[in-house]
Amino acid sequence: MSESPLLSIQDFSLEFNTFDGVYQAIADVNIDLAKGESLGIVGETGCGKSVTAKSILKLVPSPPGRVRAGRILFNGEDLVQASEERMRAIRGLDIAMIFQDPMTFLNPVFTVGNQLVDVIMAHQRFLPQRESRSRREARDYAIEMLRKVHLPNPETQFHNYPHQLSGGMRQRVLIAMALSGRPQILIADEPTTALDVTIQAQILDLIGELMKDLGLSVILITHDLGVVALLCNRVVVMYSGQVVEDASVKALFDNPAHPYTQGLLAAVPHPGRSSGVLSGIPGQLPNLLDPPKGCRFQARCSKAMAACGEMAPLKRIGKDQSVACWLYGEDGHA
Amino acid sequence: MTRFLAKRGILIGVMLLGLLTLTFFISHVAPGDPAHLRAGPDATPEMVEVIRVKYGLDKPLMTQFYVYLKGMLVGDWGESIHSSRKVWDELVIYFPNTAELVIFSILIAIVLGVPIGVLAAVNQNTAIDHFLRVLSISGVALPMFWLGLMLQLFFALKHPLFPLNGQLHVLLDPPDPITHLILVDSLLRGQWSLFINAAQHMVLPALTLSVPGMASIIRVNRAEMLETLNKDYIVNARAQGLSAFRIIGMYALRNAMLATMAMIGLRFGWMLGGTVMVETVFDWPGVGLYAVNGAINNDFAPIIGSTIVLGFFFMLTNLVIDIIYGVLDPRVRTQI
Ligand SMILES: Nc1ncnc2c1ncn2[C@@H]1O[C@H](COP(=O)(O)OP(=O)(O)OP(=O)(O)O)[C@@H](O)[C@H]1O
Ligand SMILES: [Mg+2]
Repeated sequence: MSESPLLSIQDFSLEFNTFDGVYQAIADVNIDLAKGESLGIVGETGCGKSVTAKSILKLVPSPPGRVRAGRILFNGEDLVQASEERMRAIRGLDIAMIFQDPMTFLNPVFTVGNQLVDVIMAHQRFLPQRESRSRREARDYAIEMLRKVHLPNPETQFHNYPHQLSGGMRQRVLIAMALSGRPQILIADEPTTALDVTIQAQILDLIGELMKDLGLSVILITHDLGVVALLCNRVVVMYSGQVVEDASVKALFDNPAHPYTQGLLAAVPHPGRSSGVLSGIPGQLPNLLDPPKGCRFQARCSKAMAACGEMAPLKRIGKDQSVACWLYGEDGHA
Repeated sequence: MTRFLAKRGILIGVMLLGLLTLTFFISHVAPGDPAHLRAGPDATPEMVEVIRVKYGLDKPLMTQFYVYLKGMLVGDWGESIHSSRKVWDELVIYFPNTAELVIFSILIAIVLGVPIGVLAAVNQNTAIDHFLRVLSISGVALPMFWLGLMLQLFFALKHPLFPLNGQLHVLLDPPDPITHLILVDSLLRGQWSLFINAAQHMVLPALTLSVPGMASIIRVNRAEMLETLNKDYIVNARAQGLSAFRIIGMYALRNAMLATMAMIGLRFGWMLGGTVMVETVFDWPGVGLYAVNGAINNDFAPIIGSTIVLGFFFMLTNLVIDIIYGVLDPRVRTQI
């Protein structure tokens, strides 16, 4: 990646002010997304995947959330510093997001068509004049989008309320919504976790298809290494708010470098097969109200050493692989 | 929808019957011999007996109840001992005045309470929120008669901005009735000076009656807005680039209003009861004042009549609120 990336999260740290103290959810995260790339973020529950993703669009509620350090560069512009008005022009139009649970992410008291048209109309003021649409045209465009995500009977569904649609259909509506502003980047936060297995496959197919058709760059958050193998070309492994490994999918599966990644893969013997449980590693997650200095995995790591008291930087150890671990020396070998 | 209305119609019928039964028996266990009262303090025992027979007060209780029910159903609601006029005819005059006062009060409570609740929620834990909380807690806690008296003292006597009491200047005649609501009728007939005078008279009593309701609407709407603003669909709306105005004013408020509507219904019923106090303080010629005078004179027919009218009005408004619920929430709509 010699070219400058489309999106670049740099030394990003975010904390939550809670009743019990400062909860250091994200620590020194570095993630790059190149144009046209499909990046997976994996890690067990609570490791900060969603918070990282929401931070890109400034959707982490503040208070309690607070960015402590770092930058999120999009086309060279730092989104951490961007105004709310500027973010509105980015949300949906440059960077769009879909979420985990289609059941709760649609407003129950408006028709799906109404919500879709609202989104399309909200984008109007940020589009050049010649592209602006009347509400009528927005309606036609909405139905076109619903057709694009293969929602059956889009004209009828347009007038239905969310509770009248199945989970898979709602996720299609949300995808149509996210893509209606023709964004460059799509962030999908566990888009299939809440769905039935058969529906999961359909939605994943759809995302794969749209990625190709629209030339999207994608960040796909998941628990499921099978999904990563299917849709991504690169993957970032997070543990407890830190990035521990960043590699091409092939390198990660062939040769996992970080002890945590190794444990993770050991828990899923066949990468092609999905598994809800990621962690077969003994021990507990660190308390982020008072996190250990350095690597947060050290207490569970069989290879921990004195140096782990300080976090290792992400170090290139192969053509498509970087790892944040002191096991790997200057020459890139353990 | 027709099934829903039919079901609710039957329910209202049953509740009315219950209310009729309850008022009858309560009036019969209350102290004081109705025949005595009707005959007056100077009547001889013979005269009392004549009255007793004339009004059927010597019959067994169940017979009296039957006669009473039949009368109520055909609009024969008895007559006031005090004025010797038919209760029905008097209520036809007084009820619209009460309806006007209560409707106006609930409108004030909603139109001010809902946006203030939103404002407090959006500014959670800031000075604005704390200030509004103090206001709304005092609004619920203040005794209404005291508030009414203070408003009179301040805005009618000390700074005569509004009339002290009554519904219309004594020298003005109400407009020819269309709806029987003076504000509405004077508007419909284009009698501006009359309208303005009636509106001026409305301000203080309506404000007094609306304050406690407004305060609870603020509190409920604030809490509901806070909860709704944390919902996933709000996060999604933000992620899709919707404006804060649309998110707060439409996406969140419409959901928050579902719970707030329930509070509005409760408060409406409560206001109907509150008219007894407010109409007394402001000498407002409504059902509440009519009932109070009935109670002072030990005059049962007006009290029973007032109770039934206010009760029926309450049931109707609850029906309206349930229909509004259906309009606001499609999930309820498919059920009704
Ligand atoms: N609003 C908040 N206030 C306080 N803590 C929060 C808040 N949102 C998230 N957190 C904390 O931040 C940490 C990371 O949460 P996040 O939702 O990013 O996890 P995740 O990796 O997406 O997990 P999952 O796989 O379950 O979705 C969690 O420990 C969570 O408790
Ligand atoms: Mg998550």
